[in-house]
Order: sequence, then C-alpha cells, then structure tokens
Amino acid sequence: MSPMKLNLKELSRQEDLLAPGHRLCPGCIEPVAVRQVLQVAGPNTVVATATGCLEVSTTAYPYTSWRVPWVHSLFENAAATISGVEAAYKTFLRTGRWKEDQPINFVVFGGDGGTYDIGLQALSGAIERGHRFLYVCLNNEAYMNTGIQRSSASPLGTWTTTTPVGTRMTGKPQPRKDLTRIVAAHGVPYAAQASPHLWKDFMRKVEKALGTDGPTFINVLAPCPRGWRTPDDLGIQLGRVATETCVWPIYEVDQGVWKLNHRPREKRPVVEWLKVQGRFLHLLRPENRHLLELCQAEVDRSWTSLQAACGASGGAQGTPEAPRAAEGA
Amino acid sequence: MAVAAVKARGSPRPAEGIAASLSGSLAVAEAMRQTNPDVVAAYPITPSTIMVEKFSEFVANGQVDTEFVAVESEHSAMSACIGAAAAGARAQTVTSSQGLAYMWEALYVASGTRLPIVLHCANRTLSAPINIHCDHSDTMGARDSGWVQLYAENTQEAYDNALMAVRIAEHPEVMLPVLHSQDGYTITHSVERVELLPDDVARQFVGEYRPRYPLLDLKAPVTVGPIVSPTYYFEMKRQAVEAMERAAEVIHNIGQEFGRMSGRYYGLSEEYRLEDAEVALVLLGATVGTARVVVDQLRSQGMRAGLLKVRSFRPFPGDEVVQALAGKAAVAVLDRSLAYGAAGNPLFQDVCSALYVRGMHVPLVNYVYGIGGREAMPNDLLQVFKELYRAADSGQAGPAVRYLALRE
Repeated sequence: MSPMKLNLKELSRQEDLLAPGHRLCPGCIEPVAVRQVLQVAGPNTVVATATGCLEVSTTAYPYTSWRVPWVHSLFENAAATISGVEAAYKTFLRTGRWKEDQPINFVVFGGDGGTYDIGLQALSGAIERGHRFLYVCLNNEAYMNTGIQRSSASPLGTWTTTTPVGTRMTGKPQPRKDLTRIVAAHGVPYAAQASPHLWKDFMRKVEKALGTDGPTFINVLAPCPRGWRTPDDLGIQLGRVATETCVWPIYEVDQGVWKLNHRPREKRPVVEWLKVQGRFLHLLRPENRHLLELCQAEVDRSWTSLQAACGASGGAQGTPEAPRAAEGA
Repeated sequence: MAVAAVKARGSPRPAEGIAASLSGSLAVAEAMRQTNPDVVAAYPITPSTIMVEKFSEFVANGQVDTEFVAVESEHSAMSACIGAAAAGARAQTVTSSQGLAYMWEALYVASGTRLPIVLHCANRTLSAPINIHCDHSDTMGARDSGWVQLYAENTQEAYDNALMAVRIAEHPEVMLPVLHSQDGYTITHSVERVELLPDDVARQFVGEYRPRYPLLDLKAPVTVGPIVSPTYYFEMKRQAVEAMERAAEVIHNIGQEFGRMSGRYYGLSEEYRLEDAEVALVLLGATVGTARVVVDQLRSQGMRAGLLKVRSFRPFPGDEVVQALAGKAAVAVLDRSLAYGAAGNPLFQDVCSALYVRGMHVPLVNYVYGIGGREAMPNDLLQVFKELYRAADSGQAGPAVRYLALRE
C-alpha cells in the first residue's frame, strides 16, 4: 500500500464518513479523531464501537452518522465483537463469498472506560488471538458518558465525580494505568500513542496500523471540555500542552521497535498542563504542593522509562535532536 | 434455505439413517459439523467441553469451513457470535452453567438485535456452592432473554434439535436466537444409539443462510445496535415478542418437515399415554425418559398414568398444555430449577398461567427435583404418582411446592 497523500486540500475534498449532525458536545475531540481515522481507512471499513459517548451520540435511532457499516453491542465487548466480524470475513474469503481484491479494514473505537477497564479482557483476548483489526482508544481519561467518573486512565490527583475533592481526599489517589505499554507487552505488531493535534503523525499511524496483518492499537488523547472543565475551544491546544509537558508522549512500538515520534523542544513543567483544566485546579493550592510534586514525579518517571525503552530497543530517537512530528495547520 | 426446505418436503420417504453409538456431546458435534457454521466462538466449561473439543478436531482436519474463535471467556464467545451474525454469518456457540450466566447481558443483545445464533447448552447448575452436575438453573436463568428454548430428552433429540435449531432461528418469521438444551452428563456423556442423517441430507435440510442486512455489505452500510429512545424501544420489543409467538408455528412445521425426512416427528410438546390418563406429570429434559418407564410400569398395574413433555419451553405451548391436561384428576409439574420466593418454579408458573388464563382448573402440584445433579430415580417418580392419586382421592392437593428425594 503506497502511503496516502496527507495534505489538507486533498483531505478537505473527501466525503466525511462520519456525517455532521451528531450529538457529541461542542469542543469534543472524539469526532475529530474519528474523522482522521476514517479519512485514512476509507469506505471499505467496518467499525465496531463500545458503549460510550461516541456510540450514543452518533446513532440516535432512527438516525445514524455512520456512512460505513457500524456495529455496537455492549460496553466491554467491542474487541470480541470485531473478532466475530473478522472471523466471518475470513470464512467468507475462504469459501469464495468475498472477493480477495476488496479487503476490509476492521476498526474499533472504545473510550478509556471501555478499553482500560471493563473491556481490557476482551481486548487482550482479541489481540492474543491475532485478529486483524485496529483498536483506537479515544482516551478522555474518565467515564465521561456516565458523567465524569474516574477510570484507570485518570491521572493522579484528577477530580472526578467519584474522586471528588473533599476534606480527606484530594482527587484520584492513584496514578493512571499505562495501557499502551500493556498492549505493547502482548507483542502486537503495532501499538502507538497519538494526539489529534499532530494529525499527520496520527494519520500515518492509522495508515501503518491498517497496513499491518494482525491486531494493532492506537491510544489517542481526546480532550473533553465537559469532564476536564475546560473551554470548548481548547481541545486541540490541550493536546499540544499534553505532549509538550510529556504528560502524553507521542510514540510507537512497531514490530517491537520503540520509537519516540515527537520530542518537545523543551520539556515543560506539568503545572502548565494542570493549570488550564478545572479538574486539576485543587492541585495548585499551597496545601497540595506535595501532590503537585508527585504529579511531576510521575510524569518524569514514565517519560524517563519511555525514553529508555525507545533508546534500548534500537529506535534512534533517544537524543535531544529527535524530530518533531508535524502539526500541520 | 427455502429451496432446501421444498426439496426436503418433496422427498418421497425418510432418508436412510446412519446408526451410531454416540454421547450427546458427540452427536451435537456431528450436527455442528453437518451444519458447517461460518463461525463458532466458544470457551470450555464442563460439561459442554466435549462438544467444542470434537468440533475443534473437525476444524483442525478441514472437515468444516468454520472459523473457530477460541475466545478468552463466554462473554466474548457470545459477543463474537453477535459480531459474526451481524456480519451475515451463521454463528454458533456451546456452553454450560456459569458460562451461560456470564453471557447473560449479551444474550439480550443477540435477541434484541434479532440475530439467529444457535447456542448448544449442556445444562449444569449454578454456583455457589460450585457443582458441575445437571439441573436447569442455567437455562431457566435465560428464560426471559428473548431466546427460543428447546429441551432434548435424549441423545437422538439433542442431535435432531441441533439441526432444527438452525432452521428455526433463521426462519424469516422468527429471526431470534435459539438455545438448545440437553441435560449435562445424562445426555451429554451417556452413550446411546443414535441415527444420524447422511451429510448431504442434513446439509440440504439446514440449507443456506441468506442474511437480510449483513454488516459486510459495503455498498449498503447498515448501523447495527444504535441507541433507541422510549419513542421506539417498546415497539421493537413487542416485535420480538411477536416473533417469539410466530416461532411456535415455525417450530411445529420444521418438526414435521424433519419428520418426513427422518421419520422422527417433533412438535412443541409431546403427550405420552396421556389421553385417558387420570394423573399426569409435566416435565422437560432427560428425566422424561425415566418418567416414561414409570408410566409404563403404572399402566401395567392398571393405573391410568401419563405424561406431557415440554420440548419448546420458549415459546411456551400454552394451548397444547391446557388441551392435554384438561380434565385430569391431578397433575404434578416437575421443575429442575428454583425460583426463590416465587409462587412456584419456572415450568409450574407457565403451566399455572396457561390454565388460569383459559379459565381451566386442574389440581396442580409443583415438585422440584434433581437440583445439583441429584437424579430423579423411578422410585422417586412413583412416589409423585402415589401422592397424585392421594390428592385426587382426597380432594386435598396439599402443599403446592414440594421437593423430591430431598433430606428434610
């Protein structure tokens, strides 16, 4: 598959496979990420979606925003559902009921709740069995569809409605789970982290994943104005801050080779990430200084560990001169 | 599918059966091989495991075209079947007990999405305490999940039902999943003489599945599993209820078509020496076989005993049951599962309701038997008949719910 041309003029002429008129919140980054995926995947794509914001907001019967075949069955089983779809496709190919020259892309969208938590078993199983699918986790770092409850993707200290800030508790006591590394540990042919503000990087990753024969995974940061307590127009900017503070590193594990795809010119302090979001403001109070330090330490720890992984496995990106992924517009 | 049906109907005489000695599990696996599903997704659990082991051998030896998905849980087994069936495939799974319980929420998705999945269940009780033996707690737990439920009496029926289930599920008037039950161990592990259909006859009977709205039709993209508001939800559920009601006639017709082909005819229920009986049992599953022996024994002593076997528990053949039980002096409904705190146990509830809404009164008692694998022996069933006669003679039914062969 020759790499597709990624220029905005060309892309703007493509038909949107996620139709406008859906009911996602203003400023939600999920549809941005979904469109970026579908622009690469194209119409020969079957999408499975876990229960969540995307599912409820794009399929209010009798309407649908999906111009590609789409299936939803439950919250925790999107990876198992796509396993069945892909298995059916394999049988159809084998028995001549499907032409080999018209391959189908199988894409899953799940939120962090449906992926990090309740759907982790199904995802792990589907990966281990080696189905050919791309799983895209739209990670907004909490259960937003049910009204901002903590997930295992919520960072240390996050305010959510189940980790409220009170007199004894100051947000989520635990750091988040590193799901991308967990998926990579399955030995998948391709796993990556991305952010829609680095759209070229993200779309290249989608292209690479869809060109891979086997299970692939991309964890995308999807800022949520409602749950993060941020202005509606800040979503793309938040992605930038997340990468510049190394809160959300942009990297890939391609056939076991770890590679940093974007290195900030200067690693910014985590406070720059925290101070623009209502969900973290309590961390800036003087009495919570120790928590702020813990947050920074957690980011530093995982950043150092990631750099080591990228350096150690031969990805020549462990130097300060590593390239910056193009942000495009 | 329709073509195959017509051809089978046109067969001049029953096909030559192939006699074999098989356990229920192996017989069902044979039916699965002949059906050649597009996708089988399953997870091992006692006592259903042998079916899936045997089927895996068919896959490994290229005897089927099936894509076998060895999932990491029963939840994923049903989910993968849902994905496969939505894609337009013929999908099946196999499970028991906790496995079926673990599938529970996905069972509703299968029926609510009107996907004709077939599930072969080897009945086993539910934990706790953990126990691997038979009762019907697992499938009765799925009673209201929108699945057609068939119960087999023996290995032959397990094989026959496994083939008919596919036709029932995929019938355009039904389009509901079918749960095909057989008592764990009693049927799944007991070797009996069974007559198999020749492969070509079985394949022709099952026919081809032509899905109406397959997900894999890229030219006509469909959205499967949308969110539905109160404006439409109730009507959708009512449609599924109507499909379940229509399934009654479909089950009957397919049972007759199967009979013309094999010599073995099936309805939704079956009467045994019931017509002139004074006292009768109503039951389902493998214990029917034991009850037949007991009925014969009583008949040989001049007592007019009979039984009614329920083959299709969902849809429940209320009219047939009422007609069959009309005028009996006393009837015992035997349940192999518990409905804690209810007015009676699952089969009893249905029999009671069927009678009551038709303005019919028959003295009824409910016996719970065989929980956790304690088999009902002929003497236990003789005891039931004895108590029925006592009730009929005295006009005193006694306690409505009783427990058979239980230390109290």
